[in-house]
Amino acid sequence: MTTPPRILYCNCTYAQVVPKEVKEAVLKKLCESGVAFDAVADLCEMSARLDPALKRLADGGAVKIAACYPRAVKWLFHAAKAPLPIEAAEILNMRVQSADEVANALFSAELQPNLPTGKATKPSAVELPKSEVAA
Amino acid sequence: MPLKEQTTLRVVLYEGDGAQPLEAGDRFTTMTTLLEKGFAVTRVSDKGRVAPADRTSLLVLGRFNDGRAPLGEDASGLVNLRFQDITDFDSNRIAEAVETLRAETNAAKHGDWKPWFPVIDYDRCTNCMQCLSFCLFGVYGVDEQQRIQVQNNDNCKTNCPACSRVCPEAAIMFPKYKAGPINGDVVSDADLQREKMKIDISALLGGDVYAMLRERSEKAKSRFSKERDADKALQERQKCLVKLASAGDIPPEVLMSLPSPEEIARRAEEAKAKAQTVLAAQQRGASTA
Ligand code: SF4
Ligand code: SF4
Repeated sequence: MTTPPRILYCNCTYAQVVPKEVKEAVLKKLCESGVAFDAVADLCEMSARLDPALKRLADGGAVKIAACYPRAVKWLFHAAKAPLPIEAAEILNMRVQSADEVANALFSAELQPNLPTGKATKPSAVELPKSEVAA
Repeated sequence: MPLKEQTTLRVVLYEGDGAQPLEAGDRFTTMTTLLEKGFAVTRVSDKGRVAPADRTSLLVLGRFNDGRAPLGEDASGLVNLRFQDITDFDSNRIAEAVETLRAETNAAKHGDWKPWFPVIDYDRCTNCMQCLSFCLFGVYGVDEQQRIQVQNNDNCKTNCPACSRVCPEAAIMFPKYKAGPINGDVVSDADLQREKMKIDISALLGGDVYAMLRERSEKAKSRFSKERDADKALQERQKCLVKLASAGDIPPEVLMSLPSPEEIARRAEEAKAKAQTVLAAQQRGASTA
């Protein structure tokens, strides 16, 4: 049996970019449910501080994260040297999704990984294997 | 205190054996109060998993039976583990207890700085060094592999997304920005086209601002010398900056706080030289490979 994904909630405390009613409703639903979850005040602030706690949040296997855009969340963790597991992380975007959509996805046993993957531009010289640079 | 390498105190809301569960409403209020103060809170229950333990200090809150918090410690001695009974505590009192332990354990203090800083999307970045040569505040640097990196994120000017506009690949995000793709939204072809047509903010910050200001203030001086009204001169300067700011979406406070034109020129040269050194090293690496 596979273990169900963990839940991580970001409160986006230091900005008003996530609608207050959405983040409150999502947190309320989490608190009303019986599920265990991790909540952080502001992933951006933790990333800026290279908070070692991000490593624990990224390392515990499959995870669903209620925060904002998947591209932003992916690189915030990366910037703090705590990359998320690409195949095992699903980001719910409270900036654009409704509280119901976010909560339903959080509580569903199914994981739908949605971090962007792969190079979108030409690899730079530092990213290419030396043999290809020379070619 | 430098921003880096500080960990957040982990607060655990314990409602299992030996403790009474909180009402859902109390749980929500407690969570919200602690999150608004910057803490990380883990709610443990027998349904579902949470992030594993690490060496972070742990404060376990609970309505423990008989109002007595257990006296426990981490057998390995690596984790600073504390328990706090919160029977009859309201959320403010809980927050006070948590803050006291935060101060004792030297965990990160929150709220002194608005987390506004660039985040690089390396799926898009081509390591062209435009951001490094543009930023006057030393936010960017390179790692050992000569790869661009955000190194001094607390030098970044709050609410200023200017460097994201010089990036030709829309690879620089400010997650707390209002609009896409700078906020992390998917980058569309239209976004890239728009980026190509952007105004040359670099030139704007590098000199034109001051040229315009000087010109304006000369004119203003002759007028204001008659009026003897220094406040008006200031207003004029502000008006001019606000106009420029709206062209590049740069907050007027950022423009107002820019150093002298000479200092700007010096920093711009320095940043450009740094970028050129990196690009030359990259090329050398490519040709010797
Ligand atoms: S990750 Fe997104 S939701 Fe979380 S603090 Fe940053 S901007 Fe806000
Ligand atoms: S300007 Fe953009 S593409 Fe160029 S190095 Fe900076 S982040 Fe990368």
